[in-house]
Amino acid sequence: MNVYVVAYPPTLLYLVMHESPGKIVVYKATTLFEYCLSSDPNRPCYVLRFKEITLMLDCGLATQTVLNFLPLPLVPSTRLNNLPGWMPRDISDPQLEGELKECCGRVFVDSAPEFFPPQPKIIDFSEVDVILISNYLCMLALPFITEGTGFAGVVYATEPTLQIGRLFLEELVQHIEQTPKATLASHWKEHLHVLPPPLCDSQKPRSWKHIYNMRAVNSSLARIQMVGYNEKLDVYGAVGVMAVSSGYCLGSSNWVISSHYEKITYVSGSSTLTTHPRPMDQTALKNANVLILTGLTQTPTANPDSMLGELCMTVATTLRCGGNVLIPCYPSGVVYDLFECLSSHLDNSGMTTIPMFFISPVADTSLAYSNILAEWLSTAKQNKVYLPEEPFPHAFLVRNGRLKHFKHIYTEGFSTDYRQPCVVFCGHPSLRFGDAVHFVELWGSNVLNTVVFTEPDFPYLEALAPFQPLSMKAVHCPIDTSLNFTQANKLIRDLKPGTLVLPESYTQPPVTAPHRIDLVVETDRPIISFKRDEVLTLPLKRKQGRVELSPELAEFLLPNEVRTGVSLSTLTGSLQVKDNKHTLKVLEEGEPKAVSTVGKKRIRLVEDILNKKPSNYTWGSLDIDEFIQKITQEGITDAKVEQVASGYIIHLQNEDTLIQVEDSSTHIFCEGDEQLRLRLRNILLQCLNKF
Amino acid sequence: MPEIKITPLGAGQDVGRSCILLSMGGKNIMLDCGMHMGFNDERRFPDFTYIAPDGPLTSYIDCVIISHFHLDHCGALPYFTEMVGYTGPIYMTHPTKAIAPILLEDMRKVAVERKGESNFFTSQNIKDCMKKVVAVTLHQSVMVDGHLEIKAYYAGHVLGAAMFWIRVGSQSVVYTGDYNMTPDRHLGAAWIDKCRPDLLISESTYATTIRDSKRCRERDFLKKIHECVDRGGKVLIPVFALGRAQELCILLETYWERMNLKVPVYFAVGLTEKANNYYKMFITWTNQKIRKTFVQRNMFDFKHIKPFDKAYIDNPGAMVVFATPGMLHAGLSLQIFKKWAPNENNMVIMPGFCVVGTVGHKVLNGAKKIEFENRQTVEVKMSVQYMSFSAHADAKGIMQLIQYCQPKNVMLVHGEAAKMEFLKEKIKKEFDLECYMPANGETCVVSTSMTIPLDVSLKLLKTEAQKHNSLPPDPKRPRVMHGVLVMKDSSMCLMDVDDACKEAGINRHLVRFTSTLRMEDPGPASKTAEKLLHLIKTRLKDWHVQLTEGSISVESVLVKVEGSEEEQKNVYVSWDNQDEELGSYILGLLKTMGH
Repeated sequence: MNVYVVAYPPTLLYLVMHESPGKIVVYKATTLFEYCLSSDPNRPCYVLRFKEITLMLDCGLATQTVLNFLPLPLVPSTRLNNLPGWMPRDISDPQLEGELKECCGRVFVDSAPEFFPPQPKIIDFSEVDVILISNYLCMLALPFITEGTGFAGVVYATEPTLQIGRLFLEELVQHIEQTPKATLASHWKEHLHVLPPPLCDSQKPRSWKHIYNMRAVNSSLARIQMVGYNEKLDVYGAVGVMAVSSGYCLGSSNWVISSHYEKITYVSGSSTLTTHPRPMDQTALKNANVLILTGLTQTPTANPDSMLGELCMTVATTLRCGGNVLIPCYPSGVVYDLFECLSSHLDNSGMTTIPMFFISPVADTSLAYSNILAEWLSTAKQNKVYLPEEPFPHAFLVRNGRLKHFKHIYTEGFSTDYRQPCVVFCGHPSLRFGDAVHFVELWGSNVLNTVVFTEPDFPYLEALAPFQPLSMKAVHCPIDTSLNFTQANKLIRDLKPGTLVLPESYTQPPVTAPHRIDLVVETDRPIISFKRDEVLTLPLKRKQGRVELSPELAEFLLPNEVRTGVSLSTLTGSLQVKDNKHTLKVLEEGEPKAVSTVGKKRIRLVEDILNKKPSNYTWGSLDIDEFIQKITQEGITDAKVEQVASGYIIHLQNEDTLIQVEDSSTHIFCEGDEQLRLRLRNILLQCLNKF
Repeated sequence: MPEIKITPLGAGQDVGRSCILLSMGGKNIMLDCGMHMGFNDERRFPDFTYIAPDGPLTSYIDCVIISHFHLDHCGALPYFTEMVGYTGPIYMTHPTKAIAPILLEDMRKVAVERKGESNFFTSQNIKDCMKKVVAVTLHQSVMVDGHLEIKAYYAGHVLGAAMFWIRVGSQSVVYTGDYNMTPDRHLGAAWIDKCRPDLLISESTYATTIRDSKRCRERDFLKKIHECVDRGGKVLIPVFALGRAQELCILLETYWERMNLKVPVYFAVGLTEKANNYYKMFITWTNQKIRKTFVQRNMFDFKHIKPFDKAYIDNPGAMVVFATPGMLHAGLSLQIFKKWAPNENNMVIMPGFCVVGTVGHKVLNGAKKIEFENRQTVEVKMSVQYMSFSAHADAKGIMQLIQYCQPKNVMLVHGEAAKMEFLKEKIKKEFDLECYMPANGETCVVSTSMTIPLDVSLKLLKTEAQKHNSLPPDPKRPRVMHGVLVMKDSSMCLMDVDDACKEAGINRHLVRFTSTLRMEDPGPASKTAEKLLHLIKTRLKDWHVQLTEGSISVESVLVKVEGSEEEQKNVYVSWDNQDEELGSYILGLLKTMGH
C-alpha cells in the first residue's frame, strides 16, 4: 500500500481536515449587503488514518463560491446584459475586460459558476481506501475526488443517500449545463488584491473548478456500495464500519468506526426533531474513545418549528393579496415537509385551489423515490405502507392536481397549468442557476410577490444581490433541523465519548451573535478542535490486538493459578495472518531432530532450536532446604550453604560447582560437566513454581 | 465440543408447516411458524407441545424468525402468539410484515366463514400478533439480546423473502427459508456473502430437478393463452393474491403490449389491487430492471389489465381472468370455473401446487365431472393446464448457494425425503461436507469447532511482525508467536513473560547457568574469541550473533574468553534457563572445537 506498511504502524490516528473555505464574517449594518461566507462544518470532508486504513469521512463541496458569479438566466436577460462592466483602477489588463460586472455596488464575475473542491494537499486521493458518506448533502464533491485522481477505493452510502444524492448531482449539472456561457472568465483571479470585497477575500480561487459532467457523475456514483443501517462492514479485516440512523434526512447516517478495542464515532448531520426520516439511533454511538462531531445547525438562533409557522403565514398573506410566492429549494429534504405543512395550512385558510408547482429536472424522480423508501422513514410514515398507502401526502397532492411537478418551466404543460397567484418551489437556493433565477427576474419588480428562503446554506441577501434593486419582499425563514447547541450538548452528555473532536467554530459563539455564549459546545470531556487543513493526532493508544486461538492449541494450555483468580500459561503457536485476521494454531514440529552433524541437516537442527520456545517459566523464590534435601537424595552430599547479604551461596566442593541463590534468581556455575549440570537443573526446576 | 441442535417441528422431510427449532450457545430460536394447507385438524399447526408439554413457551424460545409471507411459513404465527401464548420477539422483513396479515386474514375467512371452523384465531388475534413483530431491513445486524445476533439476506422467493444468518458467540447458522437463485420477472436472485456458517439449513423443494429455462415455460404459458383467446375461448388463471399473480401479470402485460392484443385481461378487484400497491411501495425489493424504470413506468401500474366485475362472467367472446383463490376451493375463481368449465373452448391454467381435497387438485388429476355440496355437478370440458412458476432454487441453485456461503455443515428441509437423499449424497461428494436431513420431531446434533478470541499485547505482535518482516520472505517458515497467557476474571491476554508477571503481580525466578571450558589455543584471548565467533556464526546463520567488549552474545547466551597469551584459555559459557537448548548447543559446539 504505502510507506506505513509495517504490521503495526503508528498507534496514533491522523485526522486531516478538508473543510470548506473559511472566511471572516463582515457585518455592515448600514449597507445593503451583509455577507457571511462562514467556514463550513456542514459540508465536511475529513480524512482519518486508522490501523493502516485511510478513510475519508464525507465529500462535502463548498458551494458558497458560486455567490461571486452572475446568475445564469434561462432566457437572455437585458438587465443582466446591460450591467456596467467593472475594472480596477490603475490596472489595464485587456484580458480582464468584460469579466467583471457591477450591480448595486457589488462586483460579480460574469462566467459559469465555480466550486471549491477539497484539495489533495495533505493526502493523495489515490491513497484513500474507503469513503463514508453520511447523507446526500455531503457528497457533492464526490466526482472531484473519485474521478481522474487515481482513486481506487470503495464508497459506502445508504440506498437513499445514493438515489437522492444522484438527484442532487444531476440537478446541479443540468442547471448549469442548460445555460452554457460562451466565454469563461479566469483573469480576475490574477488581480485579487485590487478587487473589492468579498471577491478579494476569495480563498485560492485558482483551485476553484467548474462543475463536473454527467459522465463523471455516473462513473463516480457507480463506485458506491449501498449499505443498510446497522450493517457491519469489514474494511480489509482491519477496521469495522457501520452506518447508524442520524434522523436528519432520508437515509442519513452517522458512522461507527471500530476495531476490537477502539471505537471512533463520526456524527455528521443529525437531528432529534420528529420530521419524516427515521429517528436518530444513539445507542451505537455511546462510549466511544473519540467522537468527531460536525454538522450542527447553521442557524442556531432560528427555531425550525416557528420558522415553518412563519413561512406558512407569509405564504398565506402573500397569496391573499394576490401575490406569488417563490421558495428556492433543493430537490429533496425539507421540501417534502413544506409540501405537507403548506398544503394543509392553505386548506385551513380556505385557499384550496391555489396551485403549488415543484420545478426541477429531477422533480418526478424525487417524488417517486420518496414514496418507495418506507424502510428509511419515521414510524408514523412507515406504518402507512402497511395499509397500503403512500407514506408522504404529496403523492395524494400530485394525484388530485394540487401539487404539479415539471422538469423545467419550458416543459410542455407548464404554461397551460400556470395560474397566478401560485407557489413555486424550485432550485437553486443560491439563485445563481436553475429556474429560480427566472422567477426572481419575472416577479422581482412587483411588491405583492414574496421570495421565502428556507435552505440555510446561502445568506439570503447575498443570494439576492445580483438582482437588486428588487421590489418583491424577501423573507428569511431558515429551516435547519440539524442539532442545535442545546441538543448537541445533551447528546455529548448521553454519549460519553473519551475525547470530543470538533471544528473550532463550535467552541466559540457564532460570529453573527457574539454575545450568545450559550451557543457553544460545552462539555466536561476533553476537546480537540480543528481548522481547515489541520492534521490532528487523536489520543488513541492502541495496546492490544485480537488473535483467534484454535481449539487444538487451547488443549495444550496448562493454566497455573499464581494468585486467586489469576492463572498464567505459557503459550507457543504458529501465527497465521490472512486478511488481517490473526489465528494461532498448533506449531507443527519439523522433521525428527537430526543427530548427524553434517551439512544441511545440522542447520535444520539449529532452526529447530530457534523455534523451540520455553514451555514454561519459573517464578517465586527457591526453598533452600527443599533444594538441599533433594540434591542430597540424588547423592550430592557435600553441599555447604553459606548465607550472604543477597541470599545464599551453595558450594559443591567435590563437583567444583557453585550455586548462587537470590530471592528471584538462581545461578549455577560449574565446570564443563554437562551431566551434573543437567541433574542440578532438573532438581532446581522441580523446586520452583512454574507457569 | 460445542453443539448446535436442530429439531424440525414441520418441514422435516416434508413440504408445508415449516417450523424448525434451533438451539445453540444456550439460545433457542424458532425458524418459521407455518401451517399445513392439506390438513383441517390440529395437524395443520406444528406440535408446539414438543417445546414444553404445557404452560407458557416464552421462557423456552428467545425469538421467532419468519422468512416470508407464505402461509406454510407464517400461518401458525397468530395461533402461536395469541392462543399458545408466546410473547417474545418476532422478526421479519418490512414487506413480510405488511403482507402476511392480509394473507392470514384471507385464510382465516376461508377457514371460519366458509368451512365454519371454530376455535380458530380471530381478526383481532392477527392484529395483536403483528404488533409484536419487529421489522428488519436487509443486512442490518440486529442484536436480539446481548449474545444473539441476526441478519437478513435477499432470498428472491417472493416480495420480502429473506434468508437469515443467526449467530451466538462464535457459532452461526444460515436458514434460507424458500429462495430462488435466478432472477425472475419481478424479483432478483438470492444473494449471500461468504459468511462461512457452521450450518446451512436449506430448503430443497427442487432437490433433484435441474429446471428448464424459465423462458421456455413462459413462452409455453403465453402460447397456450394466445391460442385459446384466438379461438374465442376464455382463460381462467386461479392465483393467490400475492407473489405469482404479479409475476404473471407483468408477463401478460408485456406480451399484450408487444403483440398489440385487444382481448381484455381482468383481475379480481380487492386483494390483488391492494397487493399491487404493496409491490409499488416496496419496489426496492424487486429486481434491478423494475427498480431502474419505476419512475417512468411503475411495472405494477398495469395498462392492459383491468379490474374484473362479476357481470363479466357471462360476457361473450374471449377474455383472460386472474381470480383468487389459487386452488379453486372457494370464492370467485370457483364461481367462474363452474360457469366456464363445460365449454371445451375455454381453458384453466393452474400456476401452482394444489392441496389434496381442493377442486384444483381434482381438476389437475383429470376429473371430468365435479360434484359440489349442493348436489350440483359440473362437467369439465375445458382444457386444463398445469404450469409451475414457483420460485425455488433447483439442485444447481442449492449447490451454488453452498458455494457462496461456504458452510461447514448442510441440512436439508422443506422437500421430499427421497429427493433429499439424492442431493445429500451429491453435497457430500462435491463439497465433502456433512449433510443432515432430520424428519419432523427428530433432533439433529451438529458439533462445531470453536476458536477462542484472545487479546494480544501490541508489543508482542509488533516484535513478531518486525522479526518476520526483517527476514527474507519464505512462505514455508512458520511465524511463531510466543508469550504467556494471563487469565484474569473473564479476560485472556497474551503478553511477554515480564509483562505477564507484572500483570499477575508475581516475580519471575531467573535461572542461569555458567559452564567453564578449558582450551589450548596459544595467542591473545581476543584472537580465540574471534575464532569462536566465526564458528558460532557459521553454524547459527539466521541468528543475531554479536561481539561486544570481548564477549560473544546470542540471545541470552554469553561466551567469554579469559587467559593470558601463552596460557590455556578459560572459556565461560552462560545462558538463561529459557535458552537452555541454545546454550547447551553452543557449549557442545565449543567443546568439539576444543578437542
